[in-house]
Amino acid sequence: MRTVIARQIRMELVLTARRGEAVVLAMGVPLLVLLGAGLTHATNLPTDDRLGFVVPGVLALTVMSTAFTGQAITTGYERSYGVLKRLGASPLTRPGLLLAKTAAVLVQIVFQVLFLGLVGVVVGWRPELSHLLPAAGVTVLAAAGYSGLALLLASVLKPETTTGAATLIYVLMLSVGGIMFAAPDLGTAGWFLLPLAAHAEALRDTLSGGGSIPLSIWLALGAWAVVWLTAAARKFRWE
Amino acid sequence: MEAIEVTGLRKTYQGREAVAGIDLVVARGEIFALLGPNGAGKTTTVEILEGHRRRNGGDVRVLGEDPGTAGRSWRSRIGIVLQDADDAADLTVTEMVRHVAGFYPEPRTADEVIELVGLTAKKTSKIRTLSGGQRRRVDVALGIVGRPELLFLDEPTTGFDPEARRQFWDLIRTLAGDGTTILLTTHYLDEAEALADRLAVLAGGQIVAEGTPATLGGRAAAGAKVSWQEGDRTRTEQLADPTELLRKLVADGADLRTLTVTRPTLEDTYLTLIGARK
Repeated sequence: MRTVIARQIRMELVLTARRGEAVVLAMGVPLLVLLGAGLTHATNLPTDDRLGFVVPGVLALTVMSTAFTGQAITTGYERSYGVLKRLGASPLTRPGLLLAKTAAVLVQIVFQVLFLGLVGVVVGWRPELSHLLPAAGVTVLAAAGYSGLALLLASVLKPETTTGAATLIYVLMLSVGGIMFAAPDLGTAGWFLLPLAAHAEALRDTLSGGGSIPLSIWLALGAWAVVWLTAAARKFRWE
Repeated sequence: MEAIEVTGLRKTYQGREAVAGIDLVVARGEIFALLGPNGAGKTTTVEILEGHRRRNGGDVRVLGEDPGTAGRSWRSRIGIVLQDADDAADLTVTEMVRHVAGFYPEPRTADEVIELVGLTAKKTSKIRTLSGGQRRRVDVALGIVGRPELLFLDEPTTGFDPEARRQFWDLIRTLAGDGTTILLTTHYLDEAEALADRLAVLAGGQIVAEGTPATLGGRAAAGAKVSWQEGDRTRTEQLADPTELLRKLVADGADLRTLTVTRPTLEDTYLTLIGARK
């Protein structure tokens, strides 16, 4: 089983590389937000350390853009094109495919986060690298949850509807997720409703603040990962 | 042990019985064809046997296991060619075949399989640039790359030109010759007649006839129609056994230049069987 999944991850990455232009374009919005909100006073932020607020938010935004929006749209079309149906006829299992797709997205995220992080450093962001590990941990959880929700949407909706829904959720999260502006203060419940805000806050706490991540954020992102991946594994359809 | 054993298989969609109690046995090494009009329950039956659809009732054994619960090692012993998987993947034929080959413990090589399905000239082409018939051959290649003991073919030659169909038939005979059991659904009666050791006709979710291509639906007992010229008159006789008549005609020195002996074709038998259901 391990070799089957490893092969599928490699194939997902080959396919991602084949649409490399889309992957680069997907970083356009985060890059614009980083430079726009990070270097100018275009938006009101709850802090004077604009880069310390904006860069971690942009990293969280990229994770959502790739693991959720990109994943949902690509998988939706793969399903309608019959690519998944073909894989379903092979010994690749459903959890195997979901795992491979999530892992491939994680690899992609590593490159994007490295690139945007470097841009941040170039323009003056000074991250606390000693807090990289917990930051990476919440990022894996966030990506897993997004990927699960994306795969679920892609398998129950038509591809056009998936594209619309994924884009809408992306824009909604971007507006209220505490990336360019402060997120609405919903207390702990907010972390469960707005994973983007929770993830961004966790990255700020660690990378910009050098502190630890509140337990409620770990729980919120962990719950997202478990709930959506389980739902996807149960509901996912090949065709 | 038989390759497939089914008793009392039932499947209901929203209260409508798509499969209404099917019994079926396919022996190892056999080519078995399922015939029937659209909506007869062929694809549903095959999908249940492949483990892709749950059944509402009945007992099913495929290669000795229940496809509803069988694991990955069972899955790697069967091969599936789905009905119209219209794949627009950004992969070449070789990449796709090699990728799927990696899922099986003892696969054929990609080159070997591509040669077998006659796509060698297209092996570096992207799948989405292929014609419908060529994509169908990719499906077949993916179905046989894992050296399956049992191969499911759901309307495999739809979209093939006549020459490609003949090549495909040869391929199926080669696979069967190597001991692969084959379950085929098809709309083409000549295909069933050319390939199948045994066949069953499905209508309204039930098997209405089962037999060899020669005996299906009482075809062997249906007799023959003999017609010949006598002076300027055409004589026709319908007989259970035309042997005596033919012997007599030859002995009498009758004019046999226009002699015809016709028996019901598989298509006649099939249409009678389907017609009787309606």
